[in-house]
Amino acid sequence: MIPEFGQFSLILAFCLSVLLGTLPLAGAATGNGLWMGLGRPLSAGLFVFLGICLFILGHAFVTDDFSVRVVAAQSNSLLPMQYKMTALWGGHEGSFLLWTFMLSGWIFAVSVFSGSMPREFVARVLGVLGLLCASYILFMLATSNPFDRMAPVPPADGADLNTALQDIGFILHPPTLYMGYVGYSVVFAFAIAALLSGRLDAAWARWSRPWANVSWAILTIGIALGSWWAYYELGWGGWWAWDPVENPPLITWLFGAALIHSLAVTEKRRVFKSWTVLLAILAFAGSLLGTFITRSGLLTSVHAFASDPSRGVFILGILGISVGGALLLYAIRAPLIKSEFGFGSLSREVFLLANNIILVVAAASVFLGTLFPMFYQALTGDLISIGPPYFNLIFVPLMIVLVMLLGIGPISRWKKTSGGYLRRQLGKLALASLALGVALPLIVLLEISLPATIAVALALWIVLTISRDLLVKTANKPGRWQGLRSLTYGYYGMQGAHFGVAIMLVGVALTSWFSTETSVLLRPGETVALGSYEFRFDGSERIAGPNYQADRATVLVTRDGAPVADLYPELRVYLASGTPSTEMAIDAGLMRDLFVTPGEIRDNGAWTMTVYVKPFVRWIWLGAIIMSLGATLAATDRRYRKLAGRRRESVVADITGGQGSLQPAPGVSP
Amino acid sequence: MSKSVQKRIFFVPVAAFLLLVVFLWRGLYLDPTELPSVLIDKPMPEFSMTTVENQPVGNVDLPEQVFLLNVWGSYCLPCLVEHPTLMRLSEEGEFPVVGVNYKDRRQLALDWLERNGNPFAYSILDEEGRFGIDLGVYGAPETFLVDGEGVIRYRHVGVLDESVWRDVFAPAIDELRDPDPRP
Repeated sequence: MIPEFGQFSLILAFCLSVLLGTLPLAGAATGNGLWMGLGRPLSAGLFVFLGICLFILGHAFVTDDFSVRVVAAQSNSLLPMQYKMTALWGGHEGSFLLWTFMLSGWIFAVSVFSGSMPREFVARVLGVLGLLCASYILFMLATSNPFDRMAPVPPADGADLNTALQDIGFILHPPTLYMGYVGYSVVFAFAIAALLSGRLDAAWARWSRPWANVSWAILTIGIALGSWWAYYELGWGGWWAWDPVENPPLITWLFGAALIHSLAVTEKRRVFKSWTVLLAILAFAGSLLGTFITRSGLLTSVHAFASDPSRGVFILGILGISVGGALLLYAIRAPLIKSEFGFGSLSREVFLLANNIILVVAAASVFLGTLFPMFYQALTGDLISIGPPYFNLIFVPLMIVLVMLLGIGPISRWKKTSGGYLRRQLGKLALASLALGVALPLIVLLEISLPATIAVALALWIVLTISRDLLVKTANKPGRWQGLRSLTYGYYGMQGAHFGVAIMLVGVALTSWFSTETSVLLRPGETVALGSYEFRFDGSERIAGPNYQADRATVLVTRDGAPVADLYPELRVYLASGTPSTEMAIDAGLMRDLFVTPGEIRDNGAWTMTVYVKPFVRWIWLGAIIMSLGATLAATDRRYRKLAGRRRESVVADITGGQGSLQPAPGVSP
Repeated sequence: MSKSVQKRIFFVPVAAFLLLVVFLWRGLYLDPTELPSVLIDKPMPEFSMTTVENQPVGNVDLPEQVFLLNVWGSYCLPCLVEHPTLMRLSEEGEFPVVGVNYKDRRQLALDWLERNGNPFAYSILDEEGRFGIDLGVYGAPETFLVDGEGVIRYRHVGVLDESVWRDVFAPAIDELRDPDPRP
């Protein structure tokens, strides 16, 4: 009976979302304050009822209610408790419920943290989000109901969660990724609300910025978690595969990064307005496209849920109506927007514009590369695949240019910067990073390596320009400490995120170029050398896990005779499904990872295995974490927190209604 | 740039997006798993393996008539869905069904056949999935239609239930028996 309450609750949530998607919007259009005011309570109700749905489905998983179809398909009585709970998002229906619940969470957050904004604006934002939420719930009710029962006789036990998913990575990666993805719905709703009201001003940009930053920060972590999980679970030592389902988050992430920068220009200088709105729409489109690709079976991929065109058509409908409608609104409204200030050819505006162009070109090429096989099949009927070479060829040069500009942008000034000033500030730094870029790899590796030189030089370039900028920014203060304290969170957030780019860059470049691996057949007691490490196979034993049996090998790693690590790779067989699974063993380190992937067991206890040494691979995820922290820090800047205090002021401005009347209060904007 | 041209530029995103939607919609009805398998109209790959009952089996043991090659596993829920259809075909005896027990374990496979009934003339044991790679298998269940000369004629990814049999396999078999006159 309990799952039927879930169904009932889902229907109630649908009704609430329809009300949320209509009344506040109608209220904003007609000036009906009562209807506008309904936005906040409806948001809270929606959040509560979707929370009940999620709780009830989770309850069905935890209590092994195999009469519920998704439980029977994705869980098993032997499954450890943490995976029973998370098996909820191991399939299409449950994960979509989670996705929708997260949207309602974001909606609720907007309704709570929007006190400083005019009520028409809040009503429109909540209304747009309500419409989106209604379409998602309708999709669930129509094509993918998570509360469907197995009729007439439920199976005795479930089919088990895919063994590749029984891992901490699966517990963390999907919710984080969804959370970031769904955050872009909020940024999108802000953009639509601004277009609807025709007030696309600096205030809109300032309201959007914390949301854009937080979404991006969470998405960064979500993608990094996926990469980390793929790295140790899939066992081929890769951390990025340009898989068709990995790419949409990256597209969204790139648009999101461009949006963060563009919003800064729009807020501070009131230019690029229509471009910024377009980016907000595109970032959201990227997130929906990701859903569409994963859930429609459009492209083959390790991530894909079961193919089902009827679901695909429905999501395509949501995508078409929301993004198509938004772009149409954009086409009608954008020509009316005027930029208010001009800028010179060497201004910070220009550098940020270059940043935007590069990020958008990168996003567009990932997009084309991902969908090209489908275009090709639609036009010619043949199948082709686009591999990593295409993406690397385009991506690497773009990122090199981007990082070069990244050093200049923060030091340049708004409106107009003289070339001489930039040369004075940066000339020596450029030479220094180039010289060290040649020297450092030479000292460490005793050979000249172009990739290492480029990577180290670029990373140093970022670090040196950040340091320089800190010196310049604090130069006029009585003391350095005082100077450092006077800088805003927004500034530290930016420089922190940029520092994260440097760290990630080093990780990506060095791992890609200097990883080594070898596949061997080892009898117990035999040794294989890789670089300066020796891997000795010390035999294997049979062990029993909670829901699997495994053969566990012991591999001792030494360097110059000194023990470094014991590694225990396993070959598992899961009892419920009989699925075999290989578990590699990793010794993680800041400077290098050592890892062993087991192959198979041969005669006399011999194992085939692949051993890897991967230098600096941790820096990739470390960089992502730093970027994410930077973006979060920037979102907590004083001027966003002070918004609440200016509420009355903005209402007054709203009544007078002039564009740009919402200038930042003196002394708040640096 | 005249004013009207400038205005029209803002319609470029929505136009491009509509084009994309058309493609995505078309794309939905193209099945990327419907690999026009390189093996279509090619002979079965050479193999020399054992059955799940541990009997040696090779190309010479394949039926010398039109038969189905069904990829299954004890872990595969959809295989249970198509199981009645396979049982029916096996009882009627017109088309033998050869199984490929894919990425499974021998004992689990034997238990599964014992529990659910065995529709297969025999099942080739492919614990490592090597034979599956030769066949270009995407996952279980999958069914190949092979003619009397041992040439693969059709590949179906997914469940083979009665409606798939009626709408896909039966016509394909009719065509095999009465090939259309084109070269």
